[in-house]
Amino acid sequence: MSGERSFRAPERLIFERSTPGRVGYQLPALEVPPVDPAATLPPALVRGEIEGMPEVSEVDVVRHFTRLSKWNYSVDEGLYPLGSCTMKYNPRINEEIARLAGIAQLHPLQPEDQVQGALALMWELERALIAITGMARVTLQPAAGAHGELTGMLMIRKALLDRGESRKVVLIPDSAHGTNPASAVFAGFETVEIASTAQGTLDLAVLARHLEGGNVAALMVTVPNTLGVFEPEIVEAAAMLHANGAFLYMDGANLNSFVGIAYPGKMGADALHINLHKTFSTPHGGGGPGAGPVAVSEALVPYLPVPTVEKRDGRYTLSSERPASIGKVRSFYGNFGMLVRALAYIRSLGRDGLRSMSEGAVLNANYIRRRLEGEYHLQYDGPSLHEVVFDDSLQAASGVKNVDIAKRLLDYGFHPPTMSFPLIVHGALMIEPTESEGIDELEEFVAAMKAIAREARENPDLVKGAPYSTPVQRLDEVRAARQPVLRWRRTKD
Amino acid sequence: MHRYQAGEGDRRRMLEAVGCATVDQLFASIPAEVRCGQLDLAPGRSEEEVRREFWAYAVANSAPECFASFLGAGVYRHAAPAVADALLQRGEFFTAYTPYQPEVSQGTLQAIFEFQTLVCQLAQLDVANASLYDGATAVVEAVMLAARALPERRRVVVAGALHPDWDAVLATYCEPMGVTVGRVGWGRDGRVDAAALRGALGDDVCAVLVQSPNFLGVVEDLAALGPVIAGSGALAVHAVAEATSLGLLAPGGAFGFDVVCGEMQAFGIPAAFGGPLLGFFAARQPHLRQMPGRLVGETVDAAGRRGFVLTLSTREQHIRRAKATSNICTNHGLMALSATIVLSLLGRRGVRETALASHSTAEYLKNGIRGQGSGARVKLAFPESPTYNEFLVLHDEPDALLARLKAEGVLGGVSTSRSGGRWPTGVLVAATERNTREECDRLLDGLRRLA
Repeated sequence: MSGERSFRAPERLIFERSTPGRVGYQLPALEVPPVDPAATLPPALVRGEIEGMPEVSEVDVVRHFTRLSKWNYSVDEGLYPLGSCTMKYNPRINEEIARLAGIAQLHPLQPEDQVQGALALMWELERALIAITGMARVTLQPAAGAHGELTGMLMIRKALLDRGESRKVVLIPDSAHGTNPASAVFAGFETVEIASTAQGTLDLAVLARHLEGGNVAALMVTVPNTLGVFEPEIVEAAAMLHANGAFLYMDGANLNSFVGIAYPGKMGADALHINLHKTFSTPHGGGGPGAGPVAVSEALVPYLPVPTVEKRDGRYTLSSERPASIGKVRSFYGNFGMLVRALAYIRSLGRDGLRSMSEGAVLNANYIRRRLEGEYHLQYDGPSLHEVVFDDSLQAASGVKNVDIAKRLLDYGFHPPTMSFPLIVHGALMIEPTESEGIDELEEFVAAMKAIAREARENPDLVKGAPYSTPVQRLDEVRAARQPVLRWRRTKD
Repeated sequence: MHRYQAGEGDRRRMLEAVGCATVDQLFASIPAEVRCGQLDLAPGRSEEEVRREFWAYAVANSAPECFASFLGAGVYRHAAPAVADALLQRGEFFTAYTPYQPEVSQGTLQAIFEFQTLVCQLAQLDVANASLYDGATAVVEAVMLAARALPERRRVVVAGALHPDWDAVLATYCEPMGVTVGRVGWGRDGRVDAAALRGALGDDVCAVLVQSPNFLGVVEDLAALGPVIAGSGALAVHAVAEATSLGLLAPGGAFGFDVVCGEMQAFGIPAAFGGPLLGFFAARQPHLRQMPGRLVGETVDAAGRRGFVLTLSTREQHIRRAKATSNICTNHGLMALSATIVLSLLGRRGVRETALASHSTAEYLKNGIRGQGSGARVKLAFPESPTYNEFLVLHDEPDALLARLKAEGVLGGVSTSRSGGRWPTGVLVAATERNTREECDRLLDGLRRLA
């Protein structure tokens, strides 16, 4: 299995590094009498050592995962312009704080007098998120954005049931994230996709038509939308929904564009999830954990998940006194470790830093837009906030697609933008630089994108064959799906 | 400008390039009626000031590290090797995104592939996903899978003592999906009442959930339950709250269960006041296309080299949208990496040794309580039943007892009063390989004097 050794050599699986008899950890000496499980447990239910589990030393483990880490691109390495994902810098102080013993080691079922600091922290984060959104209350329980969507939609459903209404339909613009329809369905609704205007924004005439039957529970809308364009008629849309008896669910994935500028509360949102791993810098971790608190209007406060943190006579308490609550959406109280990091970030930035965060995010996106306009096609040209969505139609003539541009970008040392989303832009390249970047990093990215545009004209095959400089070349995704190999198994030898 | 952002010079040059005199002009599309004034928050702070605030939160808590701790009930304090956190703190791992671009994400992808393999090995099943949020939502996903696989059946049966938070979350999710939740209680031995379970089965039941060891600590007889459930046509789900138990106890996969899922926090993930935890999900091969969440598969690159990609994504929300198998997007990837590292370190031998040491320590405590005799004020709730590393002791005033123990430096366990009224009144005591004999003796002595 071991190939030629080099800095690009493939790293074997941990199972393939296994050498019989090696151990990577020593347990404390057992001071109590060792038990024979055959005497204490039903023999049929006891298993022996598990065949195939690794036998490796601590050194093996450190080397293995260090080598693997070197095959990842990360924010620590450079611009990570994934549109809709808000890949910003993750401050190290937040990592330090989250590891304090009084925070990291705290057990969720210790009596309340032992966890006053944790409850105070959650209370303070809720107050900060209220200050940022202008909403009435916030649940910190959801573990991620999609989980927050589900939580918000469950609250809307419960509010409708309490009014004696069984409205079934949730309207979702064709530009929405895929989680929106999936979350609505898991909350018991049917989804109807509504067409956007020629500008890619909400079409009030279409909305009005759908509201006529009185069967619409809510509209789920991302603000600014997935094109990075503010919904100009969001206030009117909210008024129409509320007059009809329906709710406005706001997807807060793009909140990084207007903190300290505008309030979702004033836009008429009834529920808004906040991706702490986007706007408030908790690390994405290669796919989570995130955290998806949901801010709600007064109308939905009775339905918040339990428990909530309340402050009574200077003491903090976990309260489940909320008879109309939707219940619990996960175990315990939320991704506390992420809540800690988010509050630390909010404290570090403060009111001015948060506003300049959104200003910087919007300015950086507009800078990229200005520098790449003409080189790449912009289907929707409304004013950009924090991201800009180009497409590959100028490159199509030479057969170069967005995926080729993305792969070629890897050779220039950048992570590509989000591709093929939103669905209303064919061949989309969705760029969100975030406020973390300075002009020099953006200029290097612009130079790479321009070089690729030139290559697409002059030498399209070069682009279509990319990448050339990564640890592996393009991977056969069709084969992965047709002949799924989802785990290692010992080959018979 | 703030230290996490670019400088004034950057801003000036960029504003010039976009043709704006001020940054405010870029927000002209946001109407005045939704604008906010200055946020009601303090000004930004230095790192030192932030550290000071959070130290104050931390010291206002009682860290279990400063006590002899026997807390469990879903979150366990096992060994957390220094190597695991050192590797997690590599920015290449924790500041990366979901691996959508496999050519520059092979590190994350290969680690997930290894995680999936380890989960399959522990569960004795064919396929496992890249993680879920926690044990509670893992159990929900198992029920949703069953409801899709058997669409005519709209009832799930919770067999025996399921973790109360998991039970509550299940209720939250099932109601809007039109799935009713039936519950079968436990007998005098703390195990699911097998006769009642047989009575509760029927051709409308899509899934039967068995937590083992159950919330009361008792090991269920999965060998007997598996065939009973399978015979009813329902999918059998083994829920695991204490994943280190899988180092000693045979999983549902060995007895024909369709799904083994639950919580893997026990493999070295900090309690962190209950999150982030680590949901895991393994199933038999026929359920592959109905699996929730991300899956990593092996393939080859253009040069024929082995590589890994996210695969079978037509199940997922970004492709299938309203018809997706789950709405999950961001999962708990970094926690999965952590468990992969810990499981690699423990390895074939350490996984079993950890389980055996935890089990032995709990048996020492149980024997100590038995030894206090019939006159003692604490009693084992299920003295004849097999347990792994957690057990229930009966006491009429568990909260007061725990407070007295805490005054002596012992966090004696979790009061069942924390979990509503349907449990026997008492304290759930959990032991791991980290509890010393001296700690155990202090707990036993405390129970003798303070109960």
